[in-house]
Amino acid sequence: MTKLFKSSAIALCAAAAIGASAPATAQYSGDVIRVGFLTDISGVYSDNDGQGGVEAIKMAVQDFGNINGKKVEFLYADHLNKVDVASAKAREWFDQQGLDMLVIGANSGAALALAKIAQEKKKPMFAVTAATARLTNEECTPYNVHYAYDTVAVARGTGGAIVDAGGKDWFFLTADYAFGSSLEKDTSDIVKAKGGRVIGSVKHPVGTAVNFSSLLQQAQSSKAKILGLATSGDDLINAIKTANEFGINKSMNLAAILIHITEIHALGLNLTQGMYLTDGWYWDQNAESRAWSKRYFEVMKKMPTAMQAADYSAVTTYLKAVKAAGTDDGDKVMATLKSTKISDMFTKNGAVRGDGRMVYDMYLRQVKAPADSKYPWDYYKTVKTIPGDQAYTTKAETKCAFWK
Amino acid sequence: MLSPKLRNFGYCALLLAMIAAPFVLYPVFVMKVLCFALFASAFNLLIGFTGLVSFGHATFFGGAAYICGYALTALKLPTEFGVLLGTAGGAFIGLCVGTLAIRRQGVYFSMITLAMAQMLYFFYLQAPFTGGEDGLQGVPRGHLLGLLDLHNDLVMYYVMLAVSVGGIALTIRIVHSPFGQVLRMIKDNEPRAMSLGYDVSRYKLLAFVLSAALAGLAGSMKSVVLQSATLTDVHWAMSGLVILMTLIGGMGTFVGPAVGAAVIVALENKLGDFGNLLAHWTGVELFRAVGTSVTVVTGLVFMLCVLTLRRGLVGELVHVMRWKKDKQVK
Amino acid sequence: MEIFGVPLQSLAAQVFLGLVNGCFYALLSLGLAIIFGLLNVINLSHGALYMLGAFATWAGLNYFGLSYWWMLFLAPFIVGCFGVLIERMMLRRLYKLDHLYGMLLMIGLSHFLEGLFRLFYGVSGKSYSAPIELTGATDIGFMMLPNYRAWVVAVSIVVCFATWFAIEKTRLGATLRASTENPELVDAFGVNVPMLVTLTYGFGAALAAFAGVLAAPMVQVSPLMGANLIVAVFAVVVIGGLSSILGAIITGLALGVLEGLVSAFYPQVSATIVFIVMAIILLMRPSGLFGKESA
Repeated sequence: MTKLFKSSAIALCAAAAIGASAPATAQYSGDVIRVGFLTDISGVYSDNDGQGGVEAIKMAVQDFGNINGKKVEFLYADHLNKVDVASAKAREWFDQQGLDMLVIGANSGAALALAKIAQEKKKPMFAVTAATARLTNEECTPYNVHYAYDTVAVARGTGGAIVDAGGKDWFFLTADYAFGSSLEKDTSDIVKAKGGRVIGSVKHPVGTAVNFSSLLQQAQSSKAKILGLATSGDDLINAIKTANEFGINKSMNLAAILIHITEIHALGLNLTQGMYLTDGWYWDQNAESRAWSKRYFEVMKKMPTAMQAADYSAVTTYLKAVKAAGTDDGDKVMATLKSTKISDMFTKNGAVRGDGRMVYDMYLRQVKAPADSKYPWDYYKTVKTIPGDQAYTTKAETKCAFWK
Repeated sequence: MLSPKLRNFGYCALLLAMIAAPFVLYPVFVMKVLCFALFASAFNLLIGFTGLVSFGHATFFGGAAYICGYALTALKLPTEFGVLLGTAGGAFIGLCVGTLAIRRQGVYFSMITLAMAQMLYFFYLQAPFTGGEDGLQGVPRGHLLGLLDLHNDLVMYYVMLAVSVGGIALTIRIVHSPFGQVLRMIKDNEPRAMSLGYDVSRYKLLAFVLSAALAGLAGSMKSVVLQSATLTDVHWAMSGLVILMTLIGGMGTFVGPAVGAAVIVALENKLGDFGNLLAHWTGVELFRAVGTSVTVVTGLVFMLCVLTLRRGLVGELVHVMRWKKDKQVK
Repeated sequence: MEIFGVPLQSLAAQVFLGLVNGCFYALLSLGLAIIFGLLNVINLSHGALYMLGAFATWAGLNYFGLSYWWMLFLAPFIVGCFGVLIERMMLRRLYKLDHLYGMLLMIGLSHFLEGLFRLFYGVSGKSYSAPIELTGATDIGFMMLPNYRAWVVAVSIVVCFATWFAIEKTRLGATLRASTENPELVDAFGVNVPMLVTLTYGFGAALAAFAGVLAAPMVQVSPLMGANLIVAVFAVVVIGGLSSILGAIITGLALGVLEGLVSAFYPQVSATIVFIVMAIILLMRPSGLFGKESA
């Protein structure tokens, strides 16, 4: 009996393996515009982008319809936060499925790898949730568009705006790797440039069971007024929780440099009220964004993050450029992208620069107190608008080789 | 054992299939399978034939990937030098870890390998040359020996095939050699081996270093094929994955780990496509969600394998065939 | 007064906080040590069981309106029953085999559980607040100690001590320990050994879940909360001696204090310090600080 079971199990596996690896017909198609999306759908970034991003892009493709009679097709896959899975999949799509454009959600390592592949295949790539500013500096390529935000923008936005609002003394809790360090550095630089002070900082190891209580104690004893949280994801959430538990948020203002609305939602307003953050889009910011978010909510049952809205906008912008250029040829579409303005439900004054950076106005927000929140997901009040050219790396500072 | 004729026929058939593969399947996908097949075979040398369970094998794989990647990007060495350097690097890290771990047995040995792998992980995270969480990107494939252009996927494929077949053949050779016999004796009955006068620690260390070196070779090739080396390659999840591959394929068999690698790589990369296919066939939309539940499926496969397919796919196959043969004899 | 640039008051606070966390580590390690010591199973799903306990606590409040105090007993019970089920249906078949298979089964189980919860609840997790009676903080002179953390210390010490007492000093504990050393003999005495084994695993699982209940107000309740913690907890248990109950408790406390101290001077290393210590201890004293050398 067990032998039969075992033999059939083996046979089934073999069949599945063969069936699953059957390739689609390897043809390059000129009659269909194919957009591909790779992101983390089941891991640590799945709430900020993930399946929501997939649905957002599905909406974009649906809304746009055909381009001069050609259909638009959408492929997506979960890269499991593994760069090798992302690279292999991207290559397969380019080589075998005639992919015309690639969107990468999280994470930064994958975005950097895929940027190289897109450059090799001469096809446009849009990086959305991946935050590394290197995509438009050291690792810039002519086929890269970095949409939505990057570490420089959020750092400058949050740091600068808070100092202007009176928060002059800072202490940093930093994730001990490149992302955290660059967030801390960019924020410190702008704080000091605007006349503030950085009293101290402490680094925490990433991801593993972190003892935030001791680190936050050090923050509190520094007597700084602003606690800069140069970290993200689960670590950020736990840091905020611990800060509340120890009453640190009573003596210091928390400033989350990189945070998404899903994380605020997970923590609740009780723990996050009064916290500062920077983003480029909020579902409740105007009538258009509300309308789109309502549609999104019907599918996903939660409000979209700025990333998911950016996914929608990025693909729409790309499709508009293809229509305007009259072709899906990579170079021509890139040229069109860099010469048009972006005005849609995501932003009213966006533009793609020569280095691929999409520049637009960002906003400093503050999380509302529970009493001020009138309806579900009513979380932010907007404190200040940060003009795009102040938030992003300028031409003078850029490390991009071909944009000088 | 299986009759040598049947076994050799099996190997030949497999080899032919692999030579024809890039024309039927997507080459980069198969190359990935080959990399992991070599990695799993290297691991199998330790677990299947020497009886040592290493919980930190990813550190050799990924460490070598970093070294090779760095050699090819920053030092701009030719491809073959990079791969050799990576393999040597893997062997060296293996020597360091092995020297400390070999001193203890059983679960303590495994825990030391895990501890060292974790420590090394944080080192890789911090060290500037690895690029931290961004990883080493844009590793050039270059030209092999100045002649073969590895940017051509087909050429790269056959080089990769040669390397992995060579590596796996090497493990077979090692196991069949007198050295390998001693290893198997150590696995079966270590006190006996000691009483027969063998310096068990030396043998275990050598097996460990060989396994690490081959894992390093796999890692270096992986950095060339996929042109990047990242933290994923040194994370403990990767160590767990190679254990799973070897288990699914069959510990102590020769082809088993390669089969296990194929199943797992297919699972990770193709589960979404499989889910879509199922949804297409059955009309049940829920299957599309399968693609986003890789961890759940992996967990289930793990458990099922341990409970029922303990010998692994290939192991069970061998067992079934042997049972049939025994029945015939009766 | 300063030591290496850290003011004494701050140092005292760090050590104290370390002790608080140490109690928590001790509780977690206890379950692992029991399961290994008495069952010879390396329970790599301990993190997932811990996560289940935390989620059960959250679910209890959000779906059934059951308060924290209820869940302190209910959650470990539920997860304990689940543990019994796992032992009966799956683990039981692997006892005759190498340790490896038990470990692998547990890894598979934790992947499965964590993936499942991730599918339904997302990664950002859920927030759970401490019960009203335990909110707020007391000023103990050199720092403000949240009342909830003081509660965790008290409860952990009680539970750890009670468990240690039960296993080392009572008759039931003696029977348990005997049945792992010589199951046939104990069976011959008329003791239902398989039942004991099952209950022990259930108890270990319940302990993990209990730690989860305690953790729910302190950290975000997320599917991956156990995965990050489990590796470090294992190191603790190994340092203490895999089967030693006392070893697990003391090492857990010591590790907490060590982490606190390290955080004061050089926080970046606080994640790896446990592994460094483990490697050193294993090389000097192979069976851990309190373990007994067994084959």
